[in-house]
Amino acid sequence: MLKISDLKAKVADTEKEILRGLDLVVNEGEVHAIMGPNGSGKSTLSKILAGHPDYEVTGGTVNLDVNFRARNLLEMEPEERARNGVFLAYQYPVEIPGVSNAEFLRASFNAICKAQGADEMDPLEFDDFLKTKLKFLDMSESFINRAVNVDFSGGEKKRNEILQMAVLKPRLAILDETDSGLDVDSLRIVSEGVNKLRSKDNAIVLITHYQRILNHIVPDHVHVLYKGKIIKSGDKTLALEIEENGYDRIIREHNQA
Amino acid sequence: MTTQDNKPLTSNDVQLTNREYKYGFVTNVEVEEFPKGLNEDIIRRLSAVKNEPEFVLEFRLKAYRHWLTMTEPKWAHVAYNDIDYQDLRYYSAPKKKGDGPKSLDEVDKEILDTFNRLGIPLAEQKRLTGVAVDAVFDSVSVGTTHQDVLKEHGVIFCSISEAIREHPELVKKYMGSVVPYKDNYFAALNSAVFTDGSFVYIPKGVRCPLDLSTYFRINAAETGQFERTLIIADEGSFVSYLEGCTAPMRDENQLHAAVVELVAQENAEIKYSTVQNWYAGDKDGVGGIYNFVTKRGICAGAKSKISWTQVETGSAVTWKYPSVILKGDDSVGEFYSVALTNNKMQADTGTKMIHIGRNTRSRIVSKGISADESINSYRGQVKILPSAEGARNHSQCDSLLVGSNCAANTFPYIEVKNKTATVEHEATTSKISAEQVFYLKSRGIDEEGAISLLLNGFCKEVFKELPLEFSVEAVRLLEMKLEGSVG
Repeated sequence: MLKISDLKAKVADTEKEILRGLDLVVNEGEVHAIMGPNGSGKSTLSKILAGHPDYEVTGGTVNLDVNFRARNLLEMEPEERARNGVFLAYQYPVEIPGVSNAEFLRASFNAICKAQGADEMDPLEFDDFLKTKLKFLDMSESFINRAVNVDFSGGEKKRNEILQMAVLKPRLAILDETDSGLDVDSLRIVSEGVNKLRSKDNAIVLITHYQRILNHIVPDHVHVLYKGKIIKSGDKTLALEIEENGYDRIIREHNQA
Repeated sequence: MTTQDNKPLTSNDVQLTNREYKYGFVTNVEVEEFPKGLNEDIIRRLSAVKNEPEFVLEFRLKAYRHWLTMTEPKWAHVAYNDIDYQDLRYYSAPKKKGDGPKSLDEVDKEILDTFNRLGIPLAEQKRLTGVAVDAVFDSVSVGTTHQDVLKEHGVIFCSISEAIREHPELVKKYMGSVVPYKDNYFAALNSAVFTDGSFVYIPKGVRCPLDLSTYFRINAAETGQFERTLIIADEGSFVSYLEGCTAPMRDENQLHAAVVELVAQENAEIKYSTVQNWYAGDKDGVGGIYNFVTKRGICAGAKSKISWTQVETGSAVTWKYPSVILKGDDSVGEFYSVALTNNKMQADTGTKMIHIGRNTRSRIVSKGISADESINSYRGQVKILPSAEGARNHSQCDSLLVGSNCAANTFPYIEVKNKTATVEHEATTSKISAEQVFYLKSRGIDEEGAISLLLNGFCKEVFKELPLEFSVEAVRLLEMKLEGSVG
């Protein structure tokens, strides 16, 4: 579904390269965890996949299968990526004062429906639809009328991202440090939500610093990102190894090779 | 908000470009107009053209003589070229054929077409339902719709010229009672040379069955528009009144100096809404309307209420402070405002709430949006007099900056002379951030939709005060004015 080849990128208007030849293939139904120490380029990767204007791609390709044909993701505007099933759950969800969750999500849902040729929903229809999603994720109906992320606790913000994911049903969801800043209970609730949304048709890329979220969302593949490259890949046991020995040993092995 | 959320937009990220002003056309009609210049003869001639009773001419002349002794106020945070009052025309009206039209359907086709293009159909079969419209074209009212229904309820809604002829006792009693001709420079000028505007009287206990609306259109060049509106809500009555304004695009500035007076008797309520979209000049600040307006209401009776809601999106320079004098005990004054400036527009606007009666309450919600190189200032006064036992005020002034070359100012003046009063003032300044726009885009919403959602969120408290059909119009107007594009 997603094929990243030799991706190189930097922060726009700077010289420092952050991604230095990254390769990754993600297929339908898979969950990939991307782990790495601070500064390895994890968040940069997620921002680039979503099309953030602060980053500039300097080399390589990213292809996304759309209707069984590979399309160049990097040429698409951020909204076009979303309309083609790409979703980024933010590490720091943004506050939108005065705009209710329902208004925001309906605008988003309808924009995507319209692009995909599906019927749009009116406000009443959408509220009912939103309620079923809130129930599915065991979230309070108060989320409907609250302004997007305004005065939300850290945990509520992350749950709100997962609510958006449930509403928009992306084919490719990138979760950027969704576990950061969550207490044990919030982590469990958010993870359960993500697990409910896993299916054989969609794929999830989980970006994380720590192994603990992987106890809840069990990955098919684990990759270690270091200095803008994937230096080691494996199955879920790789995450446990990192938990036990830290990144140092893997980095040492990599440097010796 | 984290700093990451709040990263300001630079003008390169998102630009608010000005779509062409779609009301900028000129109508070709044969006109009757006065030569340029202002003197007592012009005023006498104006009064004669309008067949006014003697007391109105006297009012005009007293105002004119007083105006001559005054100097133009310069305290507002705006800069503009000096106005040459002798280089303006004080009367311009479409030429009447014979005795003039007997009904709206006989009005000159060119003028009906003009209002059609502005979205205000006046002809019988097409007119807006639920709203009675008085259409003012330059210096005259060309007609008022739905007169029959209003008459059944005893509501008087006509042009001020007609009211002066048909209801002189009401005009004599109330005109100048809220805004005396000595009030300020532009009010004095208006009192001397006002041409047309609307008059409303709602009798005791009547809830006006329709929204009343006046649409002001400037068409003629080098002509000032000096309209005067007077609304009286008698005991226990209610009226919702709306006004809209547009003008052609011209390179020279045009002066619009209006006076609006509202009187609410015991238990009466007046809801006054404005969507102001005068031509604002081009992106270099050439042309546009100087909008120098005095609007004031008095809550004369106990438990009365006056509510001003304004959406100000036009004019090169705006100087406007719709105010409420809270004289009756337990009376309520409200001011809800969205003022948008872009290009080189300058707006100095706000309100005055004067608390005189006991337990009077006022609420101020002001939302200023400035873009490009514009300057947007809120200026508000809350005055609690010694008699205003238990008075309360809450003010909230929020400014939103788009780009880094614009400015927003807040000038609150608070004067409290009664210890039992409560006055609260909150102010915020924020920017539309690139992170907010990106967040919305990454959810499939295009840039235009994203900016429109953000602006609507910012203005929500004010928009919800507008009558439904106006709030749709206001949203569309903001979207039209501020169209985002990636630079």
